[in-house]
Amino acid sequence: MKDQLEAIRKGALESIAGTQAAADLDALRVKYLGKKGELTAVLKQMGGLSAELRPIMGQMANEVRAALENAIEAQSSVLAEKALAAKLESETVDVTIPGKPVEIGHKHAMYTVLDEIKQVFLDMGFEIMDGPEVELEDYNFTKLNAPESHPSRDWTDTFYLTEDSKILLRTQTSPMQIRAMEEHGVPIRMISPGRVYRKDEVDATHSPMFHQIEGLVVDKDITMADLKGTLNAVIKKIYGPQSVTRFRPHHFPFTEPSCEVDLQCHKCGGKGCPTCKGEGWIEVLGAGMVHPKVLRNCGIDPDEYSGFAFGMGLERFAMGRFKISDLRLIFENDIRFLEQF
Amino acid sequence: MILSRKWLNEYVDLHDISDKEFNDEMTLSGSKVETITCPADELKNVVVGKILSMEHHPDSDHMWVCQLDVGQAEPVQIVTGAWNIHVGDLVPAALHKSLLPGGIKIEKGKLRGVPSNGMLCSLKEMGLTADHDYPYAAITPAALLNDYKPLDPEKPSVPADVQPGHKIYGPVVAAKVLECATTAYGQYHVVLDINGVTAMVDTACQNLHEGDMVAYNTKSESICTLADLHAEQAEFPHCITDGIWILNEENIQPGDDMAKVIGFDDSIVEFEITPNRPDCLSVIGLAREASATFRRPMNLHTPEVKGCGGSIAEMVDIDIEDGDLCPRYTARMVKNVKIQPSPAWMRERLRNSGVRPINNIVDITNYVMLEYGQPMHAFDFSCVDGGHIIVRTAREGETIQTLDGNQRKLTTNMLCICDENKPVCVAGVMGGANSEIVGDTAMVLFESANFNGTSIHRTAAALNMRTDASSRYEKGLDPMNTMKAVERACELVELLGAGEVVDGVMDVIAKDSNPTILKLEPTKVNGLLGTDVSEAEMRRILESLDFQLDGDQITVPSWRSDVEHYSDIAEEVARFYGYNVIPDTLSNGLTERRGYNEVQKVENELGLVCRSAGYNEIITYSFISPTYYDKIDLPADSALRDSLKILNPLGEDTSIMRTTTLPSMLEILTRNYNFRNKSAMLYELGRTYFKRADGLADEPKVLSLGAYGADMDFFSIKGVVETILKDLRISDVKFVADRTNPSYHPGRCAVVFSGDKLLGTVGQLHPHVAKNYGVDTELYAAELSFDALYATKGADPVYQALPKFPAVTRDIAVVCDKAVTVGELEDCIRRGAKGLLKAVTLFDIYTGVGIAPGKKSVAFNLTLRADDRSLTAEEADADVKSVLALLERELGAVLR
Repeated sequence: MKDQLEAIRKGALESIAGTQAAADLDALRVKYLGKKGELTAVLKQMGGLSAELRPIMGQMANEVRAALENAIEAQSSVLAEKALAAKLESETVDVTIPGKPVEIGHKHAMYTVLDEIKQVFLDMGFEIMDGPEVELEDYNFTKLNAPESHPSRDWTDTFYLTEDSKILLRTQTSPMQIRAMEEHGVPIRMISPGRVYRKDEVDATHSPMFHQIEGLVVDKDITMADLKGTLNAVIKKIYGPQSVTRFRPHHFPFTEPSCEVDLQCHKCGGKGCPTCKGEGWIEVLGAGMVHPKVLRNCGIDPDEYSGFAFGMGLERFAMGRFKISDLRLIFENDIRFLEQF
Repeated sequence: MILSRKWLNEYVDLHDISDKEFNDEMTLSGSKVETITCPADELKNVVVGKILSMEHHPDSDHMWVCQLDVGQAEPVQIVTGAWNIHVGDLVPAALHKSLLPGGIKIEKGKLRGVPSNGMLCSLKEMGLTADHDYPYAAITPAALLNDYKPLDPEKPSVPADVQPGHKIYGPVVAAKVLECATTAYGQYHVVLDINGVTAMVDTACQNLHEGDMVAYNTKSESICTLADLHAEQAEFPHCITDGIWILNEENIQPGDDMAKVIGFDDSIVEFEITPNRPDCLSVIGLAREASATFRRPMNLHTPEVKGCGGSIAEMVDIDIEDGDLCPRYTARMVKNVKIQPSPAWMRERLRNSGVRPINNIVDITNYVMLEYGQPMHAFDFSCVDGGHIIVRTAREGETIQTLDGNQRKLTTNMLCICDENKPVCVAGVMGGANSEIVGDTAMVLFESANFNGTSIHRTAAALNMRTDASSRYEKGLDPMNTMKAVERACELVELLGAGEVVDGVMDVIAKDSNPTILKLEPTKVNGLLGTDVSEAEMRRILESLDFQLDGDQITVPSWRSDVEHYSDIAEEVARFYGYNVIPDTLSNGLTERRGYNEVQKVENELGLVCRSAGYNEIITYSFISPTYYDKIDLPADSALRDSLKILNPLGEDTSIMRTTTLPSMLEILTRNYNFRNKSAMLYELGRTYFKRADGLADEPKVLSLGAYGADMDFFSIKGVVETILKDLRISDVKFVADRTNPSYHPGRCAVVFSGDKLLGTVGQLHPHVAKNYGVDTELYAAELSFDALYATKGADPVYQALPKFPAVTRDIAVVCDKAVTVGELEDCIRRGAKGLLKAVTLFDIYTGVGIAPGKKSVAFNLTLRADDRSLTAEEADADVKSVLALLERELGAVLR
């Protein structure tokens, strides 16, 4: 009997180790451990053994059973691992196939730039004001101290809505200076972006409708040094901390002193190249101290308060930022253009 | 303003300042330099050459092989095709490796086998003309019979073997040139052989050489030109008015640089002068700025006129009718005028200032305008009736032919210079043809006047003729300048020998001007600038600009009408202290309003949702064409057609302000469709413009969506609208079918409400409209009023407890008439439930087999839940039963 058990153990362990599939392993379990299995059959002979031998053979039979069960268990794990590996192999994907697209829309390139600029000013404590595009001549010109004969008032330059030239499409966002002062009084710290209109034929750099951003700060003791400090800070945030600027005297009817601000050409470092048209500098904005007449026109005492104002063209900013070569692309709205930004 | 630096140096010596430094420093002190160009850069290695000898080219009948002295040890050989040169002439010689205007490079080479070490140049090749630059160099060619090419070879007018003495026609015979000698510049003494008879004749024809055959008029004893023979140029191909420029300049030697000879050794500066500084539209004005910028003295010159006796007061009367329009009129008289070209130095300066020389009198007026900034006008005084100048506005119906040849209708607000009968000049704009300076003008009246800028501006604009003079006058000129300018003009007349200046000046001052007096307030100036410039420095700067200081009283110079306040003084100080020296500080002015306001936050949010839904932002023009309303099939009587009109539009396409964004969106959709973009989903938050009683506009914003493409249908765009409304937590939303909007498909259009508030429209564009745009696909759009969205925006959310108990779901399918809408069914389901219904979701609509014609089956998934317990099946079934009962009762919808 002992030999029988040893033979079963040996044969069974060899068979178990050799199985390749879970079904084969199950068949072996039945063959050896099932009700009609070989080990069970041997155990059935136990009754015929002597009292001395019975416990010894019983213990041995149990050992064999345990060994078989352990072996089956272990082999089962091995086979499960193998099966999983095969399954994973069969599930392998080509990771270079494109993912399922999630289409999101794009902000217009110009408003992307506008939002960046707005954020810079918001971070510096500015508010953002909105105002009418159909504007009074009074706000667009007269209260801004533009002389009666200023060429920009000509019907060849400005779109008019009434024969008496009293109502027009604003040619600049500067009337928002007047509106801010009249609406809020002092102090003021605002920017006002928006659409403006001039009688320019459409070409690569001109459009009868374009965008400007106006800015105005009015309070006690505002100085030209504040103007420079604020605008230099803004330019460094927009163009990077290494930006070099120069402030150059200029003339606007509604500021005194007035200036234009040039940014040193990032491409040639000021030596002169095609990007800056050989000048070494690129004009980025106009600014100045609010003209005392303008303050007075808005009911603010220029002896008590002072302020600075500035304005910049958005299109030129956006075109420079994204290297857009032709202004017409901005208003053409070709989806192949829009989706690039 | 174009400035010659050589001219400027006469007033402020800046010869040692490089162009780069000049550019930077002038720009930073406020005179913005646009460009600096050196004409000499265009003309290199071109020198004065003297013709030592000329020989016929062995292999050409019209070329000469010349030996020239070009100031080098050895003569240089140059071959030329021109026939107007003679031995001894000084000519421009472009040597080997030279450069001519227009980037033309000259190198040595061979012309028909003969080496040529450069090129002799014409005026044209030097970038000049005889008409304007070197009138003396005009060429008169004789008709050379040896150059004759008959137009019809069968019928020549001159036989090929013509011999001296042969008759050409009438008194004209053929003659052979035996000798040709230069007697003076442009004058030649010629000995002719007329069949054995010798004739001698002086001529200005430059193209004669020994052996040439000419046509000689025995009656007038002259050599015939092409014009004399009534010949065409094609018949005498080489007898042309173009030829080598024979130099007639003083003090030039072979080898001299031609760039220097013609004044190209200059730097031409183009300034951008702002309209507040008309004084800088002059050499003297810029010299003053340069003097202050470089801290160098200014050499001002006081004109001196000798005069020739007589008295202008006895010759002319001047009356000004309105002193506001003409504050001052100053004039001087010149008699025995000799109209001729002005001297080279004046022509050079004019040319380098961008002005074409004409003749001495016209050139003087231009020269003085450039130098002093004061426009001048010269009248032919013989054309001034009654010797009486009247400055007045035009009378009704008056006209004038201006110098440009155009007849101008004058209106009664246009200021004119008139004689007793007629206008002779549109004041400050352009002279009249009736008093133009012409070749035989003998008496000239020089006008140097001050006019009202606004009046001149309006006249020039109304006549659509902005001239150099009017664009200066309209900025407001210095009334104190008229005297200096007229004196300078007369000084130049005497200097040029252009005439005799009659003694006396007519100076009519119709309106006094007082100087502006300001107070020097260093504290206020520093307070505005944020600087600590010393008072002494301020005084130094102001004095360098000719401001007069007396204690703390500043007298502003008469030419600086732009300075009227201490902030203007601050700018003067800042300009020369240096804008870039002013420190950088950060300002006051913080307000509570900083940051985005609520409206702006919602605008930003709307953009974000649209982009999340895949829609791209566009920017469209606010103005459209009135025909666009037709394109969207807007009825003729629609209120939306009542647009604000631009009275002076660029064109019809941009002539009215839009009352709807739909055409703008459709235009962009169409453009993308035409670009063959397969699909497009676009949005814009744009304004519309409506007339308001006060003349201004209401400018409400509209969120417009537009789309087309394979996956696009009504429910796609409706879904985006629903997403937007949900994002803003807008409640009580209803979509109601709208069959009446003419722009949209009558069966696929809805208006959207929140409660009773209309939010907008969504739908498919009517196929008519798509066709109007030439689009052969379905277009979809939505228009939502921003104001309505903002007004109905929901409150911030309040946390709702998450459900603790499970929900029960039940699917129901009911059969009803096709006309019953899903919206009605849903509404009925909600009302039919007894309080346990949490959600209704449509999941199927079916018609076809098993459903009677005219009916449809609609299936919903119902979610039922109680907040305080787990529902039993019985409870759920009771609710469903109640729902089904109401569906049947109200809508005739029965469980399938």
